[in-house]
Amino acid sequence: MSDVTDKVPLSHDGAALPLLDVRNLTVEFATRRGTVRAVKNIDITLAKGETLGIVGESGSGKSVTSYAVMRILDRAGSIAEGSVMFSNLDLRAASETDMRDLRGREMSMIFQSPRLALNPIRKIGHQIEDVLLQHAQADSGSVSDKAIEVLESVRIARPRERYHAYPFELSGGMCQRVVIALALACRPQLLIADEPTTGLDVTTQKAVMDLVVELTRERAMSTILITHDLGLAAAYCDRVVVMEKGNVIETANSSTIFKQPGHAYTRKLMRATPRPGISLRDLLPDEDAARAGPILNKTAAAGETPLLTVENLVKEYPRKGVATSIKKMFGTTPVPESDVFRAVDGISFQIGRGESVGLVGESGCGKSTTSMMLMRLIDKTSGTIMFDGEDIGAIPAKDFATLPQRKRIQMVFQDPTDSLNPRFTAARAIADPLLRLSKIGRGELRSKCEELATQVGLPLEFLDRFPHQLSGGQKARVGIARAIALKPDLIVLDEPTAALDVSVQAVVLNLLQDLKDSLGMSYLFVSHDLNVVRLLCDRVIVMKAGQIVEQGPTERVMDAPQADYTRDLLAAIPHPPI
Amino acid sequence: MTETTATEALSIAPPPATVAQAVVKPENNSIFRHARYVMSENPVTGMAFGLFALIAVLALIGPYIVPHDPLASDTAATLAPPSLHHWFGTDQLGRDIFSRVVVATRLDFVIAVSSVVLVFVMGGFAGIAAGFFGGWTDRLVSRLADTIMAFPLFVLAMGIVAALGNTVTNIVIATAIINFPLYVRVARAEANVRREAGFVQAARLAGNGDFRILLAHILPNIMPIMMVQISLTMGYAILNAAGLSFIGLGVKPPTPEWGIMVAEGAANIISGEWWIALFPGAALMIAVFTFNLLGDGLRDLVDPQRRT
Repeated sequence: MSDVTDKVPLSHDGAALPLLDVRNLTVEFATRRGTVRAVKNIDITLAKGETLGIVGESGSGKSVTSYAVMRILDRAGSIAEGSVMFSNLDLRAASETDMRDLRGREMSMIFQSPRLALNPIRKIGHQIEDVLLQHAQADSGSVSDKAIEVLESVRIARPRERYHAYPFELSGGMCQRVVIALALACRPQLLIADEPTTGLDVTTQKAVMDLVVELTRERAMSTILITHDLGLAAAYCDRVVVMEKGNVIETANSSTIFKQPGHAYTRKLMRATPRPGISLRDLLPDEDAARAGPILNKTAAAGETPLLTVENLVKEYPRKGVATSIKKMFGTTPVPESDVFRAVDGISFQIGRGESVGLVGESGCGKSTTSMMLMRLIDKTSGTIMFDGEDIGAIPAKDFATLPQRKRIQMVFQDPTDSLNPRFTAARAIADPLLRLSKIGRGELRSKCEELATQVGLPLEFLDRFPHQLSGGQKARVGIARAIALKPDLIVLDEPTAALDVSVQAVVLNLLQDLKDSLGMSYLFVSHDLNVVRLLCDRVIVMKAGQIVEQGPTERVMDAPQADYTRDLLAAIPHPPI
Repeated sequence: MTETTATEALSIAPPPATVAQAVVKPENNSIFRHARYVMSENPVTGMAFGLFALIAVLALIGPYIVPHDPLASDTAATLAPPSLHHWFGTDQLGRDIFSRVVVATRLDFVIAVSSVVLVFVMGGFAGIAAGFFGGWTDRLVSRLADTIMAFPLFVLAMGIVAALGNTVTNIVIATAIINFPLYVRVARAEANVRREAGFVQAARLAGNGDFRILLAHILPNIMPIMMVQISLTMGYAILNAAGLSFIGLGVKPPTPEWGIMVAEGAANIISGEWWIALFPGAALMIAVFTFNLLGDGLRDLVDPQRRT
């Protein structure tokens, strides 16, 4: 460690210069409605070897700050004021040629979506070689060995084989490791990680974050971790900067920020972060929680027949491969059993009336396939889906859309943007199920839409807007209003808050709870976020590789997990130092 | 003002109370405002729309404003060069070329528009159905498109007109058929991408049948890209109709039509009477140019995401 500190340049008064010193930075974007100031006069310093978390919700300017530092703002954006000093170098004044040399060699960045950051048609080994050659870190003779060494350093097993892999052949976590390898290939002094684990499973998130922290310690690098997750930042960073609407609200050590948050916004953010040992109302600011009143929590009376009974449900997909296609083409034997992939492998569970059940698991465990089968959007391979005494699993999915049962099972989708038709206004989207499946007159339609909007807390002015004119939280509300429009008995919630900021998530979760109580619906809540499931659900089902590994009351599963897999999941949640 | 809009745009779902004041109600004239914005953003688009308006006006009122009868021959003034009396000169029968060029606008415009409308309906729907349903529908439509693509397109158009007869209707049909594969491919690709989109699933949950999903949910979403296609094929359709007339398979003389006029004038270029072919040729070029430029502007106009 000491040899590193020796090299730190000293300012005239003898104090160590920070590696990165951002002073009075203002970033402006030229838009159709005039200039927008995305970042307003912020100061951020980063010492050598330090890990700094920048936390904020969407639109807080946290990513823009990092783009400004790397000088990769798009054409509309510019640094209007302030200075960015990297060691002794003025990055604002540096030429584009100098910046190109610095990026990758001295400062690197990891982006949110690892798959988008990698070139899909080049082998990962070659992509790492590109970086090494670009910055003259290796010559053509030694470059492949060097690339393998780099892959090894990010703990990729069997690096010699993986060198020849294409990005699509690797899992999300593996891809993110490759991106980290790319970023660190030239041993930069500064690493900026922009939401590096968003979209990854909790266990993968833990592995990736542990790797980043370990590598930065090992190499005495400075790291900026940009995230919306206060818990993640506090768990992995030395210091945390909280940003809101382009301003730095608070800077504090991560050990103290949870104990004594200085600013009201930080407190609000912390409150809204789901964590063990609290109730849904605790997520809201005090005045909103008081207004919302106590949670009624009507659970199913014992002895009643369950609303939904799933038995031995199986979904198989044919494995697509050359061998299978050839066999099919020549029609010799029927496709053998091993050529199918079981996405859902014989699961059985029940959902009672008015009950909310959490379905938890990592990506690829079959939870989405299960929910799509319950929704009757895809057909099952075998098993029964008894809904209120009727086997709806026997009805082909393509006929289900126009049947009266359609009204009784609805869904809220994961991505509020993707699930709204870009050409429909909010009112038209909410009205769609009413027009198709209820006998509502054109005259009452508008008032019904307004009633639903009020119910989900969407201001009526927004009803005539298109989805791209709404924020994420508003779009989520439109999606929920659409799902409850027909007063269904069962709603499948497919990670309805995964794309939302924590404060919006807090409001939406409370809204869902209240709607369930007032309308007497049952929920199947599909999620990978155990803290959220703990808050909303009465019972939990944990899935892995198409099978249920554990199910039971939420308290029991969370506090005394029986299966090893559940324990792993619980352990992987970042624990902020509270 | 800019400051407040900026923070509004960037902030996350603000509490309902404060939102009410910040909301700007969409105004009724927003489409015109939007059109003005699109044109000011891109002057070339503005020019294209201007030229398009000119062509449309000439097609509409051309025959009533021309100085001479386009069919009346004047043996005293054959092959006269451009002058104040005959702006574009006269042809070998002494007909006024300016009047003929202006009057021909209607015919060429009608051929282009009706063939594009026809192919948009046929190709667009076949393509969307192919992309959405997949399977046999897809195979049938795609192979049909491939078969048409296998012919040299202009030769195919010649064949169709020769077989069906030299009428305007048949030119329209032939032009539509040779453009069919282009529409099928674009519509199929776009529909295929959206088949699994969240809003399509949501539409299913809302009780929409397949055909309603196609027409009410998917079609409006692929309109922007189809608009570009329409404007491109519009230019091609005019060129194709003129080409057919040029080789004697389209509109029959003495009907004024740009293609025939170029063909008639071509013989006279060597002897120095360049104006007979030049002016109808220039009109043709400007029309094709206009339609091609129109594409981007049209896309921006019909895409709500550009209307923020």
